[in-house]
Amino acid sequence: MKLKSFPGGLHPPDNKAWSAHKPIETCALPGELVIPLAQHIGAPAEPCVAKGDQVRKGQVIGQAKGFVSVPVHASTSGEVIAVEPRPHPYGRDLPAVVIRPDGQDAWVEGLEEADPEALTADEIRDRIRAAGIVGMGGATFPTHVKLSPPAEKPIDTVIVNGVECEPYLTADHRLMLEQTQKVLDGVAILKKVLGVQKALVGIEANKPDAIAAMQKACAGRGIEVVPLEVKYPQGAEKQLILAAVGREVPSGGLPMDVGVVVQNVGTAAAIDDAVRLGRPLIERIATVTGPCVNEPKNLRVRIGTALAHLVEACGGLKSDPAKIIMGGPMMGAAQLSLAVPATRGTSGLLLLGEQDVSLETEGPCIRCGRCVQVCPARILPTTIAAYARLDLFDEAEQFCALDCIECGCCTYICPSALALVQAIRYAKGAIMARKRKI
Amino acid sequence: MEQLYLSSSPHIRSEQTTDKVMRAVIYALLPACAVSVYLFGLPALSILVLCAAGCVATEAVCRKLMGRPLSLTDGSAALTGILLALNLPPSVPWWLALLGAAVAIAVGKQVYGGLGYNPFNPALVARVVLLISFPVQMTSWSAPAPLGSGLDAVTSATPLGEMKTAVMLTGKLPEAMQQGIGSYFVGHMAGSLGEVSALALLVGAAYLFWKRILTWHTPLSYLGTVVVVSGVFWLIDPARYPSPLFHLVTGGLILGAFFMATDMVTSPVTGKGMVIFGVGCGLLTVLIRLFGGYPEGVSFAILLMNATTPLIDRYTKPKKFGFVAPQG
Repeated sequence: MKLKSFPGGLHPPDNKAWSAHKPIETCALPGELVIPLAQHIGAPAEPCVAKGDQVRKGQVIGQAKGFVSVPVHASTSGEVIAVEPRPHPYGRDLPAVVIRPDGQDAWVEGLEEADPEALTADEIRDRIRAAGIVGMGGATFPTHVKLSPPAEKPIDTVIVNGVECEPYLTADHRLMLEQTQKVLDGVAILKKVLGVQKALVGIEANKPDAIAAMQKACAGRGIEVVPLEVKYPQGAEKQLILAAVGREVPSGGLPMDVGVVVQNVGTAAAIDDAVRLGRPLIERIATVTGPCVNEPKNLRVRIGTALAHLVEACGGLKSDPAKIIMGGPMMGAAQLSLAVPATRGTSGLLLLGEQDVSLETEGPCIRCGRCVQVCPARILPTTIAAYARLDLFDEAEQFCALDCIECGCCTYICPSALALVQAIRYAKGAIMARKRKI
Repeated sequence: MEQLYLSSSPHIRSEQTTDKVMRAVIYALLPACAVSVYLFGLPALSILVLCAAGCVATEAVCRKLMGRPLSLTDGSAALTGILLALNLPPSVPWWLALLGAAVAIAVGKQVYGGLGYNPFNPALVARVVLLISFPVQMTSWSAPAPLGSGLDAVTSATPLGEMKTAVMLTGKLPEAMQQGIGSYFVGHMAGSLGEVSALALLVGAAYLFWKRILTWHTPLSYLGTVVVVSGVFWLIDPARYPSPLFHLVTGGLILGAFFMATDMVTSPVTGKGMVIFGVGCGLLTVLIRLFGGYPEGVSFAILLMNATTPLIDRYTKPKKFGFVAPQG
């Protein structure tokens, strides 16, 4: 049978074998947790604790500010030793609450268990928001906002994203294998809160064990597993929707415009914890991998744990990394140091050596058209990039620069080593800045 | 940690580079080069070497004069030289080969800014310049005299030339022509260095398909159009118009369809655009062969279609993801 897919895309060497067979291990508590107040798209949380305060695991330490924002919680019990700017994965110092664990790991009181069946949709949304749940595939968009579509946008399908198309990453794979029920319980809650009958779980066909486990557990629950072609970026939201249900989100639109809400499998599991157990999002699963790591692993990580601590949990460095990447190699963000903390969006830590980092100098475009063939947004990367280099932003916009999903396929495939997506990103930034001014 | 690299994603790249693409195309042309040396002897070898060296030297001089970084390692100049050589008759004098090389690189490529910016295929620009400027030397063909056969090079017309002359004089195809197709296929006909063995060219093309450097779009649409259009004429009057098979194996069609029309720089970027490009090349080739002043039309057809590439690109822009037709 031909697997469902989308036009465009490519398949880089996936390098998942290093960690795909490793069961999730819990990373030990570090000596210090640096919990950033900005871990989501939207307004950063406002700190509500001060230096010297004792906090407990799950306690709110930063309040949500506005609707598109979520609270931030303590990942363990201990003493607040600072509320100050600290190195952040975004590349600069940003406000964070620093906690010295007391080793008790004691839960805060007042976290109430609940039966999702007995809750109303609004109550479920409130619990999701209070738990600080954001999109855990890496986008970190507040989940309660996605689950609050306006009345004029009826939703009929929820798609759960277990694609994990980024090379190297295996965190979602392990989650689906080891916590199948929790993920599906989360999907059931999503169905209820959105009032939909149809729920699909999209999984790339390179994870047959996860597909089998999920299919078996789905029986009789009204959830369907959809195996998808092994191709990057199969897990990009709009590409996933097209592949799974054949609907194309209109340019500039959102999934709800075609009646769909997409949530990551990690988010589904976190939703189950939040709604059923009342537990906030204080830990996640991350793949620590790459040629510079002694023993690649999938770790259960407390939010705020320094990346250096994760590397230690994996047997330390095998060799000096030339690039520290938070997330996968196609869309992850390069980091300044291992001192930055893991956040709610940290799906992986990838350490690449000198020989793995591409350092070719840019050549001329030979018009081979490969970028056009692989572009899942079906735009002309090399043309937009050429305009971007000349600061011709009107032309870049006419050629649909804003439709770029920044998946990086064009840069990956370019034989002349042109930094295409980087140039398009630059143009997008300039176009958006100009729009804000008008 | 000694040195950390910071850059925005993606952090990995495919193995395929421009240099590797150019080198692979050169490898793919080696069987045809070898056959040409076998069939035409040392003159063929010297033309190949002169053209390749001439192109590389011209490229170096041009880059120096323009104050741009040298670009010899990308292999594109050597490739242009080999393609030019394969488009020349085996009896051209040495200075003509060198002149062609200089024209290809200086006029065909570097005046536009170098690799990636030339609108026309440089090797074909040079061939046409030579053909128009030195018609005698460029149309003196000789029959193959394979190495060790003891034969001397004998002046002979190309099959397409024979056809044109016969049709113009008598209005009919020469009698013996239709029987030779099998031997034409392996190289037993007069022609330029690279035209003569369709088989050797196809071996090289197969290698490029396997390396995923060639896609089917241009060659298939080009050859398909030639077959269909020439087939229509053949069915109308088989005594006057040669069969599609004759068109396929004679002249520079195979070389053109797989190695010249597919030049990335001068052909469209989308699959749809490549098909339109290939159909245009095929149509023009047959029309020039059957009704034009020259016996062979591949070079002119490809150059004319090169000129339409920007236009084709403009009208075959892919429809973006989530395209919504403007209202009203």
